[in-house]
Amino acid sequence: MSIVESKLTPQQASYDLVLPAGESWLHEVKLGQVFRILDLEGNQAVDTLFYSAHDPEERYSAVDTIREQGNLYLTAGTKLMSTEGNVLMTIVADTCGRHDTLGGACAAESNSVRYAIDKKYMHSCRDSFLHALGHCNCGPGKIQMDKRDLTANVNFFMNVPVTPQGELTFADGISAPGKYVEMRAEMDVFVLISNCPQLNNPCNAYDPTPVQLLIWDEVSH
Amino acid sequence: MTKPLSKINQLWEEKIPGGAHWSFVMKRGTALRITDPEGGANLSGLFYNQEEKLERYNMPDTLKAQHTAHLTTGFVLYSDMGRVLASVIGDSCGWHDTISGMSNAALVEKKYGKATYQQARNDMHRNARDSMLIELGKWGLGKRDIVPNVNFFSKVSADDAGAMHYEANHSRAGDFIELRFEMNVLVVLSATQHPLDPNPEYAPKPVLLQAWSCGTPDEQDQCRNFRPENVRGFYNTELLFR
Repeated sequence: MSIVESKLTPQQASYDLVLPAGESWLHEVKLGQVFRILDLEGNQAVDTLFYSAHDPEERYSAVDTIREQGNLYLTAGTKLMSTEGNVLMTIVADTCGRHDTLGGACAAESNSVRYAIDKKYMHSCRDSFLHALGHCNCGPGKIQMDKRDLTANVNFFMNVPVTPQGELTFADGISAPGKYVEMRAEMDVFVLISNCPQLNNPCNAYDPTPVQLLIWDEVSH
Repeated sequence: MTKPLSKINQLWEEKIPGGAHWSFVMKRGTALRITDPEGGANLSGLFYNQEEKLERYNMPDTLKAQHTAHLTTGFVLYSDMGRVLASVIGDSCGWHDTISGMSNAALVEKKYGKATYQQARNDMHRNARDSMLIELGKWGLGKRDIVPNVNFFSKVSADDAGAMHYEANHSRAGDFIELRFEMNVLVVLSATQHPLDPNPEYAPKPVLLQAWSCGTPDEQDQCRNFRPENVRGFYNTELLFR
């Protein structure tokens, strides 16, 4: 776990948005731009997917990312790998220290399995993802992205340890108000975020909160 | 009741040569015993609802619903729609990998060098991703349908800091896993080496498939009652067949 702080200041950012819990966000981050997600109130799950802006069939691969770095957790230095073996983003700063990519996104259907059948009517990350894709002509005229394009995502700020015995556990969060993760785009990338609305999981103290999204134009880091 | 494999209820058997790829539909109420005849096999697998192939095996949902990062007897393979595609009803090797993904062309060439069809005929070097794409293409599917896969017969654990460790010689000759299908499932397989296999030689091992008619699970079923989440997962699944 490595804590690396950024030298960038929000005043210099070219994009600055507060995304409330339960909202989705689909935005292009250009090659060389630096993208920060700031956990405003602490332990908020930010479910995130990445696609090549020029060919969205090339997208984030959780399993290639962890296998290539030989470690399950994402932190400063992690290269977010695509399904084609290319680097989409490099994490260049991280004050949280560990982020999950095995737990996936909540969905109506998985909520019905995990918690209770009647929980399927609650808002979920997959609904947010599908909402964003349904309103987008993304895939620069090539394909209309849809459910086929949803794959295992990153959960920024979530702590989901795997034990040496192979159990997946949901541990207390290690994020806090003001912690952030920052990544540099290594190609033109579409970033798809669901700011998680999960109300059944103690990991966010049952209280989903807003996050801040910032982009800086090409900077020497 | 789930009937065990016997000469009476066996439907077919087939040996997949090392390096080869395979796809087929397994109907609800049938099961597949997959055996590693020589030891040291790896079999990468993906699973889709045959009727609606947008519904597919979901690694994160499988792991978080059952609080596990590996598969063995009792665990089930969840789709992204909260349903059970298949259940692990038998297993002699104790750990099947869910987190390491599959080999690809660049990885195989880097590890083993190039061996084209022109040079090596059917001993050419194959990789799991391209093998999956070929099989998926037969069913109208493609790159967008490749998701994190299962690697049967392989074990990758992680220490407390998250460092991943591939366990060599995990599967012994004769080890097997048995999958019971709870839906009509398109099964796509590639018998290629695990991407973390340190063996410097290209040496993919064969696997034996034996299908049988096993029946559907009753109320006392081990996988159904393995966790409270699975009771709900089977409920969601069985609604499709009422």
